[in-house]
Amino acid sequence: MADSVSEEKEKLTIVVFSGDLDRALAAFMLATTGASMGMDVTMFFTFWGLNILKKNEGGIKSQGLMRRMLNFVNRGGTKRLKMSKFNMFGLGTWMMKRLMKEINMPSIDEFISMAQQMGVKMVPCSTSCGMMGLPEDAFREEALSLTGAAFFLGEARESKVTLFI
Amino acid sequence: MQADQTLDCMGLYCPMPIVKTADKIKSLKTGEVLEVVADDPGIRQDMPAWSKATGHEFLGIEEAGKEIKVYVKKTHE
Repeated sequence: MADSVSEEKEKLTIVVFSGDLDRALAAFMLATTGASMGMDVTMFFTFWGLNILKKNEGGIKSQGLMRRMLNFVNRGGTKRLKMSKFNMFGLGTWMMKRLMKEINMPSIDEFISMAQQMGVKMVPCSTSCGMMGLPEDAFREEALSLTGAAFFLGEARESKVTLFI
Repeated sequence: MQADQTLDCMGLYCPMPIVKTADKIKSLKTGEVLEVVADDPGIRQDMPAWSKATGHEFLGIEEAGKEIKVYVKKTHE
């Protein structure tokens, strides 16, 4: 058993496609648990999942009317994430956050910094960023530089576990 | 069971007891025993699985009322 630990680490790769609060929680729970189990964890954020990594403060400087409109209605940032169900104009999300706190569950912000401290790699997808007009500085400091599908598949093909959330 | 160090995880749910255990075990010397006290029933299955994955030795569970005490021996750095 100890041999398998000292040799190359097992890999866990997670595609985070969704920007829903509940799905983000599931992704970060598994990422931090994987890292705790000695796995080498990569989270690849694409499409709506990029909202999780966007900075909460400041504007997003994107080019063109359509991209500016998109980033206005889809601002993102951890404090703007909603539940996939029962959002009820924010009431459901507010209640869920209360319940999470009640059982001492970390918030998404806490999960992100925990994951970073544990060596989880959080990578935004470059193509989604190009399409949505997101510059690298739209993301919080925990995010690594933008990368592509080949990088993800390179990690995924070496992974024991790959998830799409 | 005798333990060298104790980790209090009462009131914490998955994955926090495991995340904290992974961090705490670093402060033990090889051969020492860590006691984790939790009340999330998930830990009964989670700790053996974590031990198996990390190569540390799972020693057993003791339950007293709400408290679930699990014991892990650090087998390597």
